[in-house]
Amino acid sequence: MRHIRIKRIEEKIFKGLMIVATLAIVVSLFLIIVAIVRRGLPVMSWDMISKIPTGGFYLGKEGGLLNAIVGSLYIVVGSISLGLFFSLPIVLYINLYLPEKSRLAQFTRLSFDVLFGIPSIVYGAFGFTIMVYLGIRTSLLAGILTVTMLIIPILIRSIDEVIRRVPKEMKDAALSLGATRSEIIKPILRQVAPGIVTAILLSVGRGIGDAASVLFTAGYTDSIPTSLSQPVATLPLAIFFQLSSPIAEVQDRAYAAALILTVIVLILSIAARFYSRKFSKNKI
Amino acid sequence: MIQNLLRVEKYFDSPTEKLQVMRETLNQASGDLILKAHKPHISVRNLNVYLAKKHILKNVSLDIPDKAITCIIGPSGCGKTTLLKTFNRLLQNSVDVKIEGDVLVDGENIHGKEVEVESIRKKMGLLSQRPCPLPMSIYDNIAYGPRIHGIRRKKTLNLMVEKYLREAGLWDEVKDRLKSPATSLSIGQQQRLCLARGLAVKPEIILGDEATSALDPISSKKIEELFVKLRDQYSIVLVTHTLRQARRIADYVIFMYLGEVIEAAPASEIFSNPKEKLTKEYLDGYFS
Repeated sequence: MRHIRIKRIEEKIFKGLMIVATLAIVVSLFLIIVAIVRRGLPVMSWDMISKIPTGGFYLGKEGGLLNAIVGSLYIVVGSISLGLFFSLPIVLYINLYLPEKSRLAQFTRLSFDVLFGIPSIVYGAFGFTIMVYLGIRTSLLAGILTVTMLIIPILIRSIDEVIRRVPKEMKDAALSLGATRSEIIKPILRQVAPGIVTAILLSVGRGIGDAASVLFTAGYTDSIPTSLSQPVATLPLAIFFQLSSPIAEVQDRAYAAALILTVIVLILSIAARFYSRKFSKNKI
Repeated sequence: MIQNLLRVEKYFDSPTEKLQVMRETLNQASGDLILKAHKPHISVRNLNVYLAKKHILKNVSLDIPDKAITCIIGPSGCGKTTLLKTFNRLLQNSVDVKIEGDVLVDGENIHGKEVEVESIRKKMGLLSQRPCPLPMSIYDNIAYGPRIHGIRRKKTLNLMVEKYLREAGLWDEVKDRLKSPATSLSIGQQQRLCLARGLAVKPEIILGDEATSALDPISSKKIEELFVKLRDQYSIVLVTHTLRQARRIADYVIFMYLGEVIEAAPASEIFSNPKEKLTKEYLDGYFS
């Protein structure tokens, strides 16, 4: 009897711990959102998302953040495309072509684990060094390349995890029909499509919200770039610059920018979940 | 054979003895007949397989008859599945595997240098223990094989999908929902889908790795009936744990124990009169 009672208490303690942890996180995230909305919403206006800054914008005058919104989207779309272009082949190679437990595959995974942990300012500095070496100015292209480097470890490690979990029987089934290794990529990608969407979402979150990597590489400008060689504004930097302003009105605009950033990530997440459900109807 | 029987009639006096010897003669004759009628489709010669330095298959030599059902029986861990996987070279995808000896399919060594592994695999349909549909629709599951082998015409594909679903006895159940996911089928239907998918690449051999062990009795009966129906067109090799299944459908039986082939003989012979003591003990259920 006593034994069972102790077990019951144990059960309650652990359940309590889980609830406390969940609440702590949910509440603090909620508080962040409340802070953003409370300070950002009053200064939100249609102008904010449809106009680029005018002369005195950073002193509290007319204008909006369209330059940073478009800039952030440019950077994220560019670096996700470029990132997938490099990470998918790498992941498929280490999973399908290298033998199980291959040294090279282990080493690649370890490298990307390490790269995962490197702070984004280091990527920024690295990108900047190369730009100086090549004599390039801050530009959209440099920003995209740097953010690509930042998100490739995320893409690779999270896609790798889902591809490793593809049942061996499925690969064997396709192979035993006489498929070559490159021909089994299609069913495998179909199987892991939802996992790839999650990987992309993680990278979008990281890429669109990162200020340090674009600080030296993408630069900042009040106009929308028309070519890859022009500098580009981003939302995180818009937040950073406006927060450091002494004018209260401008500080509030930083919160508005944060609100816009949050809503963009939210919209992208919902859309991605919706499409991944469509893709995954055949998943086994 | 008749002369032999008459001779037996003359030389032995006691009826039991007579019966015993007659039965042996008959069995031998039927065995000869099966091997004569069915030339070996797969021949294994001195096959040794090591997995992670462990000696899994020990000097295996055997013949798999053409257009007949061969059942490989034996206790768990005796190397049945490994042997099966050596046939279509899936084994070499595993880590640390060493294969010695020859596996001849239609007289061609499958480990030969100029042999393309895809063409070997195309010759053999594989049915695994648990059905494993590809993450696609029912239609695409069947069409996947033909497509990778270059068939693109929609009309041809439609005809093939219907033909092989019919052959696997699944057409009537799925003809109205070819576009729905393969996972919407029951597990027994999925296994028949996998069979149809395998048949669609026009193999000569069907390999079954305990193909019915995850299925309910009715589904597994259906699969068994399919094997019997298909045995005139394909050489069927089944690894099985269920002795009853082997008794029901096997033409030829291979008994393996601890990586060695103990006995290989026509079903009638091995079940009624096993030559080896081990085989007899296994069939009598002393170990399993």
